[in-house]
Amino acid sequence: MATVTAPATGDDRAAGRPPRPRFGVGRAAAWVFMALVIVAGLFPFYWMLRTALSDNNALYAGGDSLLPVQFSWGGFERVFGLQTGQEAIDAGGAGQPIAFWRYLLNSVLVATLVTAGQVFFSAMAAYAFARLRWRHREKVFAVFLSGLMVPAVFTLLPNFVLIKELGLIDTVLGIALPSMLMTPFAVFFLRQFFLGISREVEEAALVEGASKTRIFFRLILPISAAPISTLSILTYITSWNEYFWPLMVSYTDRSRVLTVALGVFKAQKPQAGPDWAGLMAATLVAALPMLLLFLFFARRIVNSIGFSGIK
Amino acid sequence: MATRTAERARDDTRLALLFILPALIGFVVFLLWPTIRGVYLSFTRFNLLTPARWSGLDNYTRMVQDPVFWNAMGVTVYYVVVNIAIQTALAMVIAVLMQRLTRRTWLRGLVLTPYLVSNVVAALVFLWILDYQLGIGNRVLELIGLDRIAFLADSGWVIPTMALINVWRHVGYTALLIFAGLQTIPETLYEAARVDGANEVRMFRRITLPLLRPVMAVVLIVTVVGSFQVFDTVAITTRGGPVDSSRVLQFYIYEAAFSRFQFGYASAMSVALLAVLVVITFVQYRLTRAGTSDLAGGG
Repeated sequence: MATVTAPATGDDRAAGRPPRPRFGVGRAAAWVFMALVIVAGLFPFYWMLRTALSDNNALYAGGDSLLPVQFSWGGFERVFGLQTGQEAIDAGGAGQPIAFWRYLLNSVLVATLVTAGQVFFSAMAAYAFARLRWRHREKVFAVFLSGLMVPAVFTLLPNFVLIKELGLIDTVLGIALPSMLMTPFAVFFLRQFFLGISREVEEAALVEGASKTRIFFRLILPISAAPISTLSILTYITSWNEYFWPLMVSYTDRSRVLTVALGVFKAQKPQAGPDWAGLMAATLVAALPMLLLFLFFARRIVNSIGFSGIK
Repeated sequence: MATRTAERARDDTRLALLFILPALIGFVVFLLWPTIRGVYLSFTRFNLLTPARWSGLDNYTRMVQDPVFWNAMGVTVYYVVVNIAIQTALAMVIAVLMQRLTRRTWLRGLVLTPYLVSNVVAALVFLWILDYQLGIGNRVLELIGLDRIAFLADSGWVIPTMALINVWRHVGYTALLIFAGLQTIPETLYEAARVDGANEVRMFRRITLPLLRPVMAVVLIVTVVGSFQVFDTVAITTRGGPVDSSRVLQFYIYEAAFSRFQFGYASAMSVALLAVLVVITFVQYRLTRAGTSDLAGGG
């Protein structure tokens, strides 16, 4: 709630006290600068779309047009396997089959497993750290927090060895497992929210005979729906965009996720040069789910960032 | 009633154990154990197929004599310096402007949009935009009368180019972190300064900059540590080339492990990277504390 009202008051104040005239030129220059920043930020997205809708051979023939060169769905057709091998080669593609739907499914599976597991188990732990009384609670929490100090990249190699020993190489579960049970950040993030929940409601439920487990499921989780969904969205996006770890673990289509598939697609260079139209179509399709997610949850994601980084 | 509640409160240990068990397993198995094992493997010869054999400091002596390792370390530091300098300066300007112009969510949302795509997507788009023959970037250079630049194929350009690609993706996120820090500076300070006739530049130097120092230190720790781990962009665009000019440390580690199956040596280099990051974090943490005490004195 607070996250929604905070920016609103800022706006009201700005509206109530219009800027002084002497800032006029400065403000205009500032807006121009911000506009440039946004154009630079968004242009590559437009360029992906423009290229994806172009004919690949026409791109090579040259074309400075800001609009698609010889409009064609060919790039998307190659990504979704709608062109036969020879058609694809003629159109400037590699002609190898791309199991795009398989990669999409794998990405969805990995991100869903990671998010559901990590958020739920971290919430359980956060509840124990915030609300239950037990010996050594603070010490154990401090140990968990110290995990924040280990850069993610350091655990990748030994975790790969472990996943191999567990026989989970080249499986979706093998990619998801290491981050399915907790991250120190998720535990910390949720604990902060649980600490802020009024004890009175909890006491009342206890008096009525509810167990602490019931309180967690029926009271704490529903009350914390907002931070839990924020964390879930952030976790989902992070997991979806992960490249290094799935690159280590997956070898075949069986477990290949979209980011890794993009790298493979890029490496299958046709003779004439990269299939830019197809590659940009694939890139766009890989990025689109997160952009849609952002479209729906922009306010929540934007407002969560100060918290995740600073506090 | 009250005593019953109190009894329950004291009796939580078993329940708490149940509640933290999954997270505890996750912590021990996938974070604590790999950390210890990573350090252990750095003292062994290990090719993944036969069990690791203790080899003492062999990997470390090899590392200090390996010119490619030192080159990788240098390339990585160069990347981090360019990446962080540009990104932090730009993010600071964006954050301050957002604060002064409008705090509406839509603007922050637009600024953040590139952060939503993966490093892989960012790398591929810029590989295309900056392509020597066909990229729009080089067409624009030609249009304004400059020579084409082989951004990702020239040993002088490749690191600055990669640094800029990742600035594109991360600058909005960094700006939002700084923006959040700006919200903690009381508006009354600016009002008082305005009454005294201070202009925007003066207010930025005398109020914003000093009060933002502790926030900036935290932001720098987070972004520098992230920047040191650069891998995706290199793996997608150049795979370390031309020659070794973009062979950053993390990519060299990956090659040692997965191309040459030298897991022991790769682990030793990982430990070196970890040590660098710990030192940097520690130094920056000390600076944060210094910043905080300055703030208390000045505020």
